[in-house]
Amino acid sequence: MLLSAPMPRAAAAEPVVPFRAAGDGIPAPLAGLAGDPARGRRIVADRQVGTCLLCHSGPIPEERFQGTIGPDLAGVGSRLTAAQIRLRIVDPRRLNPETIMPAYHSIAGRSRVGAAWQGRPILDAQQVEDAVAFLATLRDPS
Amino acid sequence: MNRALALAALALTVVAGVGAVAEKRSGYLDAGPQTRAMQDDDTANPAFLWVQRGETMWGERPAGADGRSCQDCHGDAAQAMRGVAARQPAWDAATARLMNLEQRIDRCREERQGQPRLPPESEGRLALAAFVGLQSRGLPMSVAVDGPAAAGHAWGKALFETRFGQLDLSCADCHDRQAGQRLAGNVIPQGHPNGYPIYRLEWQGMGSLSRRLRNCMTGIRAEPFAPGSPDALALELYLAGRARGLAVETPAVRP
Ligand code: HEC
Ligand code: HEC
Ligand code: HEC
Repeated sequence: MLLSAPMPRAAAAEPVVPFRAAGDGIPAPLAGLAGDPARGRRIVADRQVGTCLLCHSGPIPEERFQGTIGPDLAGVGSRLTAAQIRLRIVDPRRLNPETIMPAYHSIAGRSRVGAAWQGRPILDAQQVEDAVAFLATLRDPS
Repeated sequence: MNRALALAALALTVVAGVGAVAEKRSGYLDAGPQTRAMQDDDTANPAFLWVQRGETMWGERPAGADGRSCQDCHGDAAQAMRGVAARQPAWDAATARLMNLEQRIDRCREERQGQPRLPPESEGRLALAAFVGLQSRGLPMSVAVDGPAAAGHAWGKALFETRFGQLDLSCADCHDRQAGQRLAGNVIPQGHPNGYPIYRLEWQGMGSLSRRLRNCMTGIRAEPFAPGSPDALALELYLAGRARGLAVETPAVRP
């Protein structure tokens, strides 16, 4: 019966937005969204949201416990373009299938995902853009 | 921990086939000095509250005329249970499956004492496991990974190397390849099961290996293996095999 069909929910139906990689980057912002660096800083700093500081250190002094697995994120905006940063967050395993860094905007190939997280990428498109915007501001002093 | 034990926290082992010398390192060495000091001194180690309770339970007769205590059948635990925990989990021919120490104690309680099942992570189950485990303290981990255990061991290795959860990480990603690095504030240990059940400061209590593995699985946002399931036992067996040669530290203290 048509009347009882559930309403489509746009956000939930498209948890992962399509993107096109060019070279080692993703030039266009996901879903054309604009990132906000202040929100991005909070995402990167939060162990439960970005989870980035589990593995990385970065210029976020109020977070005392930082990781040593990945490179220091200080100066990453000088080393990499926004497009390169975007691909490294969205799906770093395209560049290095062996890397420990998970694909933050992908649900492909996951197994035994806990019920609370099923079918959801770690970061949604807006959160990715916010994180990209923040990391792009991390420039080497010179 | 005495000097000999402290040395045994490092075991030099020749990796078969490669000939390389890999250093196995107990999580004891990655814990802070205060945590190690608690483990070194039985009077400061909170886990000994559970050990004492386990010792009492060892001698308790269940109600009923023919009720027999663990002691009645096994005798002195220091002799009867010496080395038992160092060999777990092991293949059980009667039921044709892998069984860990807690399951063996369960079986004795239920089938030989007619007692109700002690729930997982209950104080009594942890107490008996800690008391029995203590009788192997200082002995090398020496689980059998061949014969009927070989298939489970191979499956456990496969599970250890498979990425799970929303964070899409394997046990090996952290415990083989990043051991010694810091995950946020915590040093990643090699992930050895030689101290279980443990007193964990973060829990402010005692917990089994199964509880520790549940923490690692939920940390990567994965569905934990059901305690006592064939998957869980295979993983426990692989971990025990990986730790062969390390001294049993039960009951250990961990951050
Ligand atoms: C499980 C560990 C882990 C987590 C969590 C993690 N990373 Fe990474 N990251 C790495 C590693 C390791 C590298 C090094 C590159 C490689 O392994 O291919 C890396 C590389 C990077 C790079 C490239 C840096 C450079 O200088 O080339 C960026 C940018 C980055 N990560 C951002 C992030 C952000 C943002 C987050 C959180 C949303 C995050 N990472 C979470 C492990 C991690
Ligand atoms: C009625 C006699 C009886 C009682 C009571 C009994 N057991 Fe046992 N237990 C056995 C026998 C027989 C075996 C060997 C067969 C087996 O492994 O199940 C055994 C095996 C075990 C094993 C495995 C030993 C090994 O080498 O693998 C453990 C551990 C154990 N018992 C602990 C306990 C504890 C703890 C209690 C008290 C809660 C207890 N038992 C009570 C008879 C008993
Ligand atoms: C993201 C990295 C990571 C992953 C993936 C991970 N662990 Fe852990 N594990 C840790 C950390 C960190 C600790 C120590 C925690 C602490 O000290 O608070 C730990 C502790 C342990 C311990 C306790 C060691 C001891 O000395 O008592 C065991 C056993 C263990 N892990 C096994 C596993 C298994 C099996 C898996 C796969 C199902 C796994 N871990 C997945 C990071 C990880």
